Amino acid sequence: MLTGYPRSDGRKGIRNVLVIAYLVECAHHVAREIALDYRGREVHVIGFPGCFPNAYSQRMMEALCTHPNVGGVLLISLGCESFNKYQLSRVVEASGRPVATVTIQGVGGTRKAMAAGRAFVDEHLPRLEQSERVAMGVEDLVIGTVCGGSDGTSGLTGNPAAGLSFDRLVAEGAACIFEETGELIGCEHVMAERAVAPGLAEELRGAVEKAARYYATLGYGSFASGNADGGLTTIEEKSLGAYAKSGSGPIHGMLKPGDVPPRGGLYLLDVIPDGEVRFGFPNINDNAEIAELMACGCHMTYFITGRGSVVGSAISPVIKIAANPEMYARMSEDMDVNAGRVLQGTPLAEVGTEIYALTLAVAGGHRTVSEDLGHQEFIMGYKTFEPLGPACLPAA
Amino acid sequence: MPTPETRLIRLADADNVVLLTTSIARGEVVTVEGLDVALEADLTLGHKLAARDIAAGETITKYAFPIGVATVDIPKGAHVHVQNVRSNHTASYVVSEDG
Repeated sequence: MLTGYPRSDGRKGIRNVLVIAYLVECAHHVAREIALDYRGREVHVIGFPGCFPNAYSQRMMEALCTHPNVGGVLLISLGCESFNKYQLSRVVEASGRPVATVTIQGVGGTRKAMAAGRAFVDEHLPRLEQSERVAMGVEDLVIGTVCGGSDGTSGLTGNPAAGLSFDRLVAEGAACIFEETGELIGCEHVMAERAVAPGLAEELRGAVEKAARYYATLGYGSFASGNADGGLTTIEEKSLGAYAKSGSGPIHGMLKPGDVPPRGGLYLLDVIPDGEVRFGFPNINDNAEIAELMACGCHMTYFITGRGSVVGSAISPVIKIAANPEMYARMSEDMDVNAGRVLQGTPLAEVGTEIYALTLAVAGGHRTVSEDLGHQEFIMGYKTFEPLGPACLPAA
Repeated sequence: MPTPETRLIRLADADNVVLLTTSIARGEVVTVEGLDVALEADLTLGHKLAARDIAAGETITKYAFPIGVATVDIPKGAHVHVQNVRSNHTASYVVSEDG
């Protein structure tokens, strides 16, 4: 039986994190210094570095500060930035979570801001740590998946094994989200055939075509040098592997960052901005994708890696799945699952079952290796999105 | 009686490439579809070798899926990678000088 922390919107959290959110890079240091005093406890730093307002970043921060794994929020403002901290604070307050805003210019500088922030954490963290958990089911879970540091093994071992776990979780009522439409280039037509409705199929194809146009304008695809070192030759070859993360079931809907799945099922997250190309690369690294999955409510994220990424995340645990057995031998302390052993004869289904079982264990409180190592990476940039089209979430 | 080549795998019958399932050093001999070839470079697992002669302009298929186009004639057993294949979508970017 799973248990979780109940939230006022009906969702349940698998962690009870006190988030410290800086609202411009100028407030980052104060946020980090406060959090350092609580090292090893569930106090995580997130934030938005920009000084210019942006509807996407506002929506992301509101979604993240009311994420089911978040139990309380401390906002750190410099004071002159454009981020709408008043609205963010109201949204958090309306969710029933404790929230306070410390404005560095208002309280009189760095030291005073740190002291005010620590007072808030001291007041609320002990209570969050003692909160009661209530019963929760697999159908309450939202699970995301990314791959990063992909190589020629990712598509053979870790990605399809994660897909098997997705198939099983969706069958049991969970919502599962795969993403990075720029890494589905070349797979769009095969993927669209899995849509539960023709209108959704059109949206799925359109999302990948948008990604291809976006990357063509920028000149580089979602293809890093390390992908080539690992034997991947082209973006479509990388896509073929990345696509396997989605499992084999029907696709029930498409989301954009901040949209929470309305019910269980398999969803594609469209991470490519709408409109003309602006603000640079859609996702500048893997953690930018993880942040968007979390904004859609993901309780945890599968991270499949061939080259050997070490990252975790603030707010939601990351399950690290090693695709490459030679990398696993070097970096096993950073990996939760050795999917690479498929290349040495272990059945793929066995690894899929291991990932599924670990998902439930982590939901129940088991700490992932990146959590234990203290990895709490977080990043967010500028984007522009139009609202979802009506065909993206077909009627149940 | 030749031993089966377990260091290579062909993912689909229609594929014109095979994959290394383990890292293999330069100069080591592997048997690609009956042909013994010495590896031209150190290759890590996941890299591809031509399963047959591939002409310039032919589509490279892995898992029966098109992953790019040969830019030059690629002889059977040769390393199939960024030096002889281009994407049908966006160019691949490579920076490594590790060899």
